[in-house]
Amino acid sequence: MLAESLFILLGTVSVVAALGMLIARNPVTSALWLILTLFCVAGLYLTLSAEFIAVVQVLVYAGAIMVLFLFVIMLLNLGALPQLEKMDWKKALGFVLCVIVLSQLVFIVATSLQLMPATATVAEDAGAATTIAKTLFTRHMLDFEMIGVLLLVATVGALMLAKRKFA
Amino acid sequence: MPADFVPLLLMLALAAGLALTLLLAARYLGPRRANPIKEGAYESGMDPIGTARQRYSVKFYLVAMIFIIFDVEVVFLYPWAVSFQEFLAAGEGIGVLAVVSIFILVLGVGLLYDIRKGGLEFD
Repeated sequence: MLAESLFILLGTVSVVAALGMLIARNPVTSALWLILTLFCVAGLYLTLSAEFIAVVQVLVYAGAIMVLFLFVIMLLNLGALPQLEKMDWKKALGFVLCVIVLSQLVFIVATSLQLMPATATVAEDAGAATTIAKTLFTRHMLDFEMIGVLLLVATVGALMLAKRKFA
Repeated sequence: MPADFVPLLLMLALAAGLALTLLLAARYLGPRRANPIKEGAYESGMDPIGTARQRYSVKFYLVAMIFIIFDVEVVFLYPWAVSFQEFLAAGEGIGVLAVVSIFILVLGVGLLYDIRKGGLEFD
């Protein structure tokens, strides 16, 4: 019951924040809306008992990737942006209504053809960090080291790209 | 839904509620007497010159990239840190420590490369 109401709350907030991100005029405002969306998605992961993914979502996406986004916004020449068109509210409302009708139709067709997937049950600790650690550092340790090499290549690549002297 | 995270939810709600309350209270309770000097951008007491929306140097971007890479490294260390006691109890402590040490060493090479190439220096 708590999980269900949380799902509805977080899902609604994340969709509204995503819309806010699309509508916002200022790119930095867009980025702030995106942070709210990412936080809500992290909460959704928590309700699905994928705790590790939720923590990673906040640490990497809401933290690091957003820093990168803001740097990209700073790198772009924002003063030279063309004047954006005014939003047509009638068109937007029509689009939302169309999406609702389409999703209802798809839902009806899918249930009548029995295409809807059955609700899966997962173990309570399936997404916990300790569960992931148990396989990551024993059975998949070679993959883990490969990730390390991949990150090393990324470090070197970033330095090569940024330090290259353009003639 | 893991019940352990309900306190986290409470804390988030409290933080958001406090921030919103303070912002709204300042907006509606405080006097607002705007004048051009108050509304202007602060540039260390100087008159603002030019626009703030300039293009920034790519050097800042490099710092952000390196931050992301080491952030991902820390993300991989987090499951190791929370379950190291379990590995010790299972007698796998040394092996897992070796695995993680190699991982950190590989990324340490990257950090060394960055320092040697002057990637962390601003010139």
